[in-house]
Amino acid sequence: MDKQKIKSKKAIIPLVCIGVLAAGLVLIFAWSAGLLGNRTTTASFLKDIPNSFPAGYRRAHSKGICFEGTFRSTGKLAPFSKATVFSQDSSAVLGRFSIGTVDPFAADNSTRTVSMAMMISSENNQQWRMKLNNHPFFVTHDALGVIRRSDAYKIDSTTGKPNPALVSAFLKDYPEAQNFIDWADKAPWVNSFAVAEYNVINAFYLIDSKGNKHAVRWSMRPHAPFSAWSKEEREHASHDFLFDDLKQRLDKGALYWDLVMTFAEPGDEIENPSKAWPANRRQIVAGVLEIKRVFDQTEGGCRDINFDPTKVPAGIEVSKDPVLTARAGIYAHSYNARVREIGYGKATDAIGKKETSKDK
Amino acid sequence: MSQQKNLKSGSRIREWFKSVKIFKLRRRHINRSLPLNFNLTGRILHWLMATLILSTMFIGLGMMTSLSSRPWLIDLHIPIGVAILFLCILRFVNRIMNPIPALPSDMPKIEKKMAHFMHWVMYAFMFALPITGWGQLSAGGFQAKLSQNIILPSLIDQNPVLYAWLHDIHRGLAWSLFFIVVGHLSIALLHALVMKDGIFSSMTWGKDKIKKETKRPSA
Repeated sequence: MDKQKIKSKKAIIPLVCIGVLAAGLVLIFAWSAGLLGNRTTTASFLKDIPNSFPAGYRRAHSKGICFEGTFRSTGKLAPFSKATVFSQDSSAVLGRFSIGTVDPFAADNSTRTVSMAMMISSENNQQWRMKLNNHPFFVTHDALGVIRRSDAYKIDSTTGKPNPALVSAFLKDYPEAQNFIDWADKAPWVNSFAVAEYNVINAFYLIDSKGNKHAVRWSMRPHAPFSAWSKEEREHASHDFLFDDLKQRLDKGALYWDLVMTFAEPGDEIENPSKAWPANRRQIVAGVLEIKRVFDQTEGGCRDINFDPTKVPAGIEVSKDPVLTARAGIYAHSYNARVREIGYGKATDAIGKKETSKDK
Repeated sequence: MSQQKNLKSGSRIREWFKSVKIFKLRRRHINRSLPLNFNLTGRILHWLMATLILSTMFIGLGMMTSLSSRPWLIDLHIPIGVAILFLCILRFVNRIMNPIPALPSDMPKIEKKMAHFMHWVMYAFMFALPITGWGQLSAGGFQAKLSQNIILPSLIDQNPVLYAWLHDIHRGLAWSLFFIVVGHLSIALLHALVMKDGIFSSMTWGKDKIKKETKRPSA
């Protein structure tokens, strides 16, 4: 009887409707997953990572070292944010220094970018994760610019150089990138992790006890005096110069950075990370980071932490800065990829296992 | 495997309830006649959970792809997942304590078996998805946050091996459940629009007659 009902002519319209509905749902699902159309998703940012990437390593800033430290609050930021980290005396910190390259075996003189990442754990189970770089602003005003830039600067196999037409097309769409190119040309390199100032670059909001929002960016300002790394010194530097230097400095004593909070004023562009705010903005030292010990990332620790900068404690909120929101998804994909490799036993060097056989 | 286990534990729990005196009165009522609809609690839970499950699956896809919305999408995904876990347990208890409508007597036996089997498979998915989601957060060193200040305890310690497994299982289950839901919806609409046999209205407020069975369904 049931079968006859389905085969009858009256059933055609409902059957078609049901089919269209089911197919529609599947199509919307596929589109949402990024499988249909050429939607740029956060996964698109990892498309250029080679399949031969050493298993278990971060997909960017792969070469790094873990650190343990303490954040001591000055209490001066408590009126602007109810985050417990600003009111309590000290909080535990687990972090990571890295250089700005995808190759985990790169020489330290191969990039001018140095980074600090950390997770500060404070009372009420609050975590504050961040990832900071030594450049003062981002290359482009949005995240798509990152893909456009890496596509534009891809080495043309016939000329051995990037295609100038693609580069100028990119600079036309992202004129602000010129500021970054100039900075990278002129600003001195740092000759130590200890002397670099690390900037969060993206904007956040501090939320005070009355619920008021204050737009801020922050940086970690070193107590150690700045010292540049000249071209000549770099050329003769050992392979792990920066990491060796860090260990040697810590053998002699702890290293310190001030967490300097900078407040935006009306008219400052909150959601444009390519534009630094004017230098005369109000600054408050929120606290001091003390680092006493570094340890190899193969031991775990920082290796298994995703320093997703959108994981902020109560009392801090993320802004709509498009580079910040995109970083959340991109970091998640990088994290999933490398932790899967470690979890499924594919990682060797990344977890301190010596490769037993060279498979080539 | 898990659904079989569920089935067994389901009937075992039902037996236990039957043995408890205070439920006896209720049981006599159960045996008298089978209802045309699932009970009100069951129907509310069904439609509420259907909405939550379908939305949180799309939220899940959104947070894994969107350039702009991941922070607030994940802040929604986690509390919805926890709500589904809580409601799923509630629904399970409601399901085993109350009679359900019989399937039409002229429905082929194999179809009835399939219907009951899928019924429990979906319960297993509704339970396993939030658990693996919560587990993967814990194994990855993340927090299961219901709000900025309400943070659930970790289910397990941070562990890359468990993170890898739980992350993949969570994703695999979610994709499977989506296709199960599409199938479930299509078959439900087939009963509503073509067969008109009372199966669809047993989950709504309609009173379509189901051709009565003499025996209670086994599951």
